[in-house]
Amino acid sequence: MSDVTVEAVADAMYAMVKECHGKRQLKAIDLTKAMAERFGDACDKPLGKEAIRLLIEDERCTYSYIGGSYIVLTPEK
Amino acid sequence: MKKPTPLVDELEKGPWPSFVKEIKKSADGPMASDLLSVLERSYDDKIGHWKHGGLVGVKGYGAGVIGRYNDLAGEFPDAAEFHTIRINPPAGWFYTSDVLRQLCDIWERHGSGLTNFHGATGDAVFLGAKTVELEPLFDELLAAGFDLGGSGSALRTPSCCCGKARCEWACFDTMAVTRELTHVYQDEMHRPAFPYKFKIKASGCPNDCVGAIARSDLSIIGTWRDDIQIDKTGLAKYVAEGKPNIQRDVVERCPTRCMRFAKGQLDIDNDECVRCMHCINALPNALAPGKDRGAMLLVGGKAPILGGALLSSLLVPFIKLEPPYEDIKELLVAIWDLWSEHGKNRERVGEFIQRIGLANFLEQIGLDPQPEMVAHPRTNPYIALHEDKP
Repeated sequence: MSDVTVEAVADAMYAMVKECHGKRQLKAIDLTKAMAERFGDACDKPLGKEAIRLLIEDERCTYSYIGGSYIVLTPEK
Repeated sequence: MKKPTPLVDELEKGPWPSFVKEIKKSADGPMASDLLSVLERSYDDKIGHWKHGGLVGVKGYGAGVIGRYNDLAGEFPDAAEFHTIRINPPAGWFYTSDVLRQLCDIWERHGSGLTNFHGATGDAVFLGAKTVELEPLFDELLAAGFDLGGSGSALRTPSCCCGKARCEWACFDTMAVTRELTHVYQDEMHRPAFPYKFKIKASGCPNDCVGAIARSDLSIIGTWRDDIQIDKTGLAKYVAEGKPNIQRDVVERCPTRCMRFAKGQLDIDNDECVRCMHCINALPNALAPGKDRGAMLLVGGKAPILGGALLSSLLVPFIKLEPPYEDIKELLVAIWDLWSEHGKNRERVGEFIQRIGLANFLEQIGLDPQPEMVAHPRTNPYIALHEDKP
């Protein structure tokens, strides 16, 4: 099992959010599941959670509410 | 008021409390004035002019701020953005008057000044903030020792009755449990990661003063395992006064008919008692819950926003509920893991259980089925039993 850093998972999540922008709304669990598929056992739920936190705190992504809570690209200021 | 509001003003008439009267007290500020004008327009047009949601919030959080916008922003600019802020209250809603003044002062610096203590969620609610004021408001709230509550697809602010602080019927310390769960699950509350909302409410006894059973995904409701306590002196006073009429108002209203009253003596068949609290409420100076107290845990309640309303179903008939509350934390994590993995978007836990079946749900979260979980006996006798093949 190879080690995966939280930064690498956050980068992969960001790429996914960017790819889905305008096409599909992604929830936190969608990102976590996708990363588990991509990185295997090396990416568990706590690591996924930490990566989402990093994405939000460095303002690459933000939460939106449209009938439910989703993770989207932070709009350009 | 900037503009006349004759239709809205009708709601000031009559002896009952009026939200219009209360809002007008703040109408020296332009936001409250425009708020009432938008409502007046809605009564004229017979449509709502509000929409909610979007990208609004404070940095790092996905909860606590509910974006509110009206579609007549040009006409009512001071209510163009009228966001709602949910503030996590102290467990049991105890404040000093100094803290209430502090909160109101903060709010008048950053918003409309309109409040709702407390909203249906149990949070303290500030009504009417512009986007630009959210971060400064949040900073001041944090400095005052307050944080935002839950919203969106997240754990909502856990809520409870005043419990042992003021009520002798409390079978566990509702405020301590609520405070502990609130502190432990800050991420679950502020960083939405669930399929939909999840509410926890704690009531100290089966009177269920916070309405947990009808509204929360996990209800923690106080109960007891031993016999109802009878104070013979207190009972004798009720008998002497003749009020209430014990036979008519207590014994005959017991849902399981587990009581007998004769010659001034009250006998209770405690094995048949379902802890409805009716007799205790009717004779508070004579009866009290037993001494072996704890709580039952129920799952799946919800109000009818999407689909129909659901009452909670019993999950754990009795638990002692003592710090650090590891049992309840393990159960919560098991439920959240399963529901997050397999729940549909906007599907509450109760609906999820209905979809996958209680048996599957119990198996997945690692609980054994118990007779108390059966709501009513099976009505179809023609069900074949198949023995497992070796």
